[in-house]
Amino acid sequence: MLESIDYTLINWSRAQFALTAMFHWIFVPLTLGLGFIVAFMETIYVKTGKEEWKRITKFWMKLFGINFAIGVATGIILEFEFGTNWSNYSWFVGDIFGAPLAIEGIMAFFLESTFIAVMFFGWGKVSKRFHLTATWLTAVGANLSALWILVANAWMQNPVGMKFNPETARNEMVNFWDVLFSGTAVSKFLHTTTSGFVLAAVFVVGISSWFLLKNRHQLFAKRSIIVASTFGIVASIILIGTGDSSAKDVAKYQPMKFAAMESVFEGKTNVPLIAVGLFGESPDENINKNSKEDFLFKVEVPGMLSFLAFSDFNAFVPGIKDLVLGNEKHGIMSFKEKIKRGYEAQQILKAFKAAKGVDEVEYQRLKAHFDDPVWVDNYFRYFGYGNYYSPDPTQLEENAFKIVPPISMTFYAFHIMVILGGHFLLLFILMLFLTIKGKIENMRWVLVIALWTIPLAYIASQAGWIVAEVGRQPWVIQDLMPTMTAVSKIDSASVMLTFWLFAVTFVGLAIAEIRIMIKQISIGPKEGGK
Amino acid sequence: MFETLSHLALQQYWWVIVSLLGALLVFLMFVQGGQTLIYTIGKTESERTILVNTLGRKWEFTFTTLVTFGGAFFASFPLFYSTSFGGAYWVWMIILFAFVIQAIAYEFRSRPNNFFGARTYEMFLFINGLLGTVLIGTAVGTFFTGSNFVVNSMNQSEWATPFYGLEAALNFHNLSLGLTVFFLARVLGLLYFLNSTNHPEIDSRARKHLIYNTIPFLVFFLTFVIWLLVRDGFAVDADGVVSMESFKYWHNLLAMPVVLLIFLLGVLAVLFGIGSELLKQTRKGIWFSGAGTVLTVLSLFFLAGFNGTSFYPSSYDLQSSLTIQNSSSSHFTLTAMSYVSLFVPFVVAYIWYVWKAINNRPIDEEEMNSDDLHVY
Repeated sequence: MLESIDYTLINWSRAQFALTAMFHWIFVPLTLGLGFIVAFMETIYVKTGKEEWKRITKFWMKLFGINFAIGVATGIILEFEFGTNWSNYSWFVGDIFGAPLAIEGIMAFFLESTFIAVMFFGWGKVSKRFHLTATWLTAVGANLSALWILVANAWMQNPVGMKFNPETARNEMVNFWDVLFSGTAVSKFLHTTTSGFVLAAVFVVGISSWFLLKNRHQLFAKRSIIVASTFGIVASIILIGTGDSSAKDVAKYQPMKFAAMESVFEGKTNVPLIAVGLFGESPDENINKNSKEDFLFKVEVPGMLSFLAFSDFNAFVPGIKDLVLGNEKHGIMSFKEKIKRGYEAQQILKAFKAAKGVDEVEYQRLKAHFDDPVWVDNYFRYFGYGNYYSPDPTQLEENAFKIVPPISMTFYAFHIMVILGGHFLLLFILMLFLTIKGKIENMRWVLVIALWTIPLAYIASQAGWIVAEVGRQPWVIQDLMPTMTAVSKIDSASVMLTFWLFAVTFVGLAIAEIRIMIKQISIGPKEGGK
Repeated sequence: MFETLSHLALQQYWWVIVSLLGALLVFLMFVQGGQTLIYTIGKTESERTILVNTLGRKWEFTFTTLVTFGGAFFASFPLFYSTSFGGAYWVWMIILFAFVIQAIAYEFRSRPNNFFGARTYEMFLFINGLLGTVLIGTAVGTFFTGSNFVVNSMNQSEWATPFYGLEAALNFHNLSLGLTVFFLARVLGLLYFLNSTNHPEIDSRARKHLIYNTIPFLVFFLTFVIWLLVRDGFAVDADGVVSMESFKYWHNLLAMPVVLLIFLLGVLAVLFGIGSELLKQTRKGIWFSGAGTVLTVLSLFFLAGFNGTSFYPSSYDLQSSLTIQNSSSSHFTLTAMSYVSLFVPFVVAYIWYVWKAINNRPIDEEEMNSDDLHVY
C-alpha cells in the first residue's frame, strides 16, 4: 500500500504547513502575553492616575499593535490550509474540528478585533474605565482565540467524544464537553498560553534591559521590569506545572512520542531522565529491532522519567522497540498487531461501501460492526495503522518501524524547551530581586543576558511545537489517520510553488516587521521620564 | 430547543447563517472597494491619509467576517470546505495571498523604517481590493455554473482539471459576478467615504466617481442576473439524484416568493442609496446600499441552496454535486453550533455600541494630526 503514495506531495504539503504554522507562531505568543502585560500597566495607570504609567502603557501597546497585525495576516493562512492542503483530513474530522473553528470566529475573533479598535482609537473618546475594560477584553479575546484551535489540536493528539459513522466515512461528535474538557485539551491550552505569557515577559524584560544598558528611560524600564518579571514568575510556575501534566498525557496517550522525547529504545522500570544528552550515531537511521541509542555523553537523573510519566519511580516506561514489536509481560500490543487490526477495520469499511445498494443483509451486518463498542475498541481504534499493512511478515515489520517519529529532532527540541524554561524562571526571579533592591543598573552582565534571552524565548516556543507536532508523526490524528492519507490530491508542483511564494512573502514581512519594531523601540516611549 | 429540530431543518438554518455571513461580507467589502480608489479620490498626501485611516478602522471587520464565514462554512458544510478548498486550490490561494498582504499594510504603511515604503503598502491595499473582490465573486459564481470535481464513496474529493480552480475565471458568467462584486465594492467604498469623512475635495471627487462606477456595476449585474435566470440549473430530487433543469433559478424564484421579494427589495435599496447620494447628498447612502447589498446577496445564496438545488454542483460528474443535505455536519454538531449562534445578536450589539462610542464624528485633517490617537 505504501508504494502508491506520492511522498513528494506529502513532504511539500507538510513543509508548507510547518512553514506557515511556525511563522504564525513567531507572532502569536507575544500577542497572548503582551495583551495582559499592557492590561496590568493600564490598570496601574487608572488606579494611580499617574501619566508616567500611561506612557509606559502606550509604548508597549504600540509594539503590541505592530505584532498583532502580522499575527492576523498569518493566522488566516492556517484556516484556509486545512482545506487547501489537507482536504481528506478536513472531511474526516470536519464534524469535530469545524465547530471549535466556528465558535472561535463568532466568539473570540470579533471580541478581539472590536476592542482592539478601542485600545488604539479610543484614547480620549471613551472613559478611562471603558478603555481599560477594552484592553482587558482584547487580551481575553486573544487568548480565547487560541483556546479553540488548541482544543482542535488536542483532539488530534487524543481523539475523544466522537463516533465513526461509516455512511459518511468520518468521525462525528457525540459529546462536545468531552472534546472541550479532555485532559489533553486543558493541559495544552494552559501550557501553550502560559508559554506565550513567558515569552512576552522575556520580551518586555529584555527590551527594558536594553534601555537600562543605554541609560535611557530608567524609570520606565524598571517599572516595566517589575510588572513583566512578576507576571513571568507566575506564568513560569503554571507553565512548568502544565508541562508536567502534558508529559503525563503524552506518556498515556502517545507513548511513542514519549519514548522519542527521551530516546528510550528498550522499555525499563525505574528509567532515568536524561537532563542533557548528545547523540553519537543518529538514532533515526534505518531503525530496526537491533537499533539502540548511542549517546556521546548524557547527564541522567535516576528514576526521574518513570516518575515524570507515571508519578512512580519504579514505573515501567515502554521503549520504541516495545511499542513496535510488542511486550507481552507489560501488556503492550505491537504495532504489527495494530496494523493487522487496522487493516481489517479498513477492509470492513470498504466491504460496507461495496455492499451498499447491492446486498442489504451484508450491508446491515457490516454496519453493525461500527455500532459494536467491543469491535470499535479492538479494531477500529487502530484504523490508521491499516495503511501500513503488508501480507509479507518481514515487510510488515519494516513498515511498523516507519510508525516511529524522527527521534533526534523530538529529543533535542524537548530538551531545549525544558532547559530554557528553567532559565527563564531563574532570570525573572533575579531581575525582580535586583530591581526591587535598586541594584539592577549596576549589574550590566545580567542586563546583557536578559537582552539576549529574547531570541531564546522564541527558540523555546518553537521547540515546544516541534515536540508536539513532529513527535506525533506519522499521525495527523493519533492512531486513526496518518499524514499521508490526509493530504489533498493536487499536483506537487502547485504546492511547491505556493511553498516558495509563502517563503518569499514571509521573509519580506519578517524583515519589515523586525525593522519597524526595532525602530519603534529605539524611538522609545514619548517624553519618557529619566 | 435545537435538539428537537430535524437534521434538514438544522441544515437549512445553517445555510441561512452561512448566507447571512456571506452577504455581510460582500457589504463589508466596501473596504476593498475603497482601497482601489485611494489614489483616484485622494490627490494629496493628507487626503490619502484620511482615506486610508477611515478604511483602516473598518478593515478588521471585513477580515474577521471572512474568517468567520470560512469557519462557519467548514463547521456546517465540511464537504464543501474539503472539496472546494482542496480542489480549487489556486483560486483560494490567490485570495489568501491577497488578504495576507492586506492585514499588515495598514499597520506598517506609515511606520518609519518599514522596509518596502508606503507606496508598496498602498499597492498591497490595491491588489487586495482588486483580487479579493473579483476572485471571491468568481468563486461564488461557480455555485451556479458548476465546477470540475469528483467525490468518491468515502467522501474524498479530487479536482478534474489541471488548473485547480483557475478555470473558473475563464467562464464569463462567473467573471460577470466577480466584476459585479468589484464595482459594487467600489460604489460602496465611495458611499462610505462620503459618510465617514469630512473634506470638501474628497466629497466632490467621490460623487463624480460614484457615477463612473455605478454604470459598469449595473451592466455586469444585469448580465449576471439575466444569464442566471435563463440558464440550466442543477436540480436535486427527493432521492438526492442530480439532473439539469432548464430555467432552474427562475423556477426557484417563482417557487420561493419570499426570496423574490428579498431580491427586489435589495436591488431597490442599493439603487436608492446611490440615487440619494447623487441627487440629495444625504451622506446616508451607504446604509441603504449596504442593507440592499445584504438582502440581494442573501437572496442569491437562497437561490443556490434551497428548493432542491445543488449549491456546489459538479458539471464534471453530476452525482458528485454537493447539496446542503449531503455535505453538512452531523445533527449533533449542527445542534451544538446552533446554540453558539445565539451569541451572534450579542456580538452585533457590542460591535454597534463600541463603534458608536469611538466613531461619533467623521474623520478630518484635524483628527489625523492628533497626538493621542493611533494613525495608520
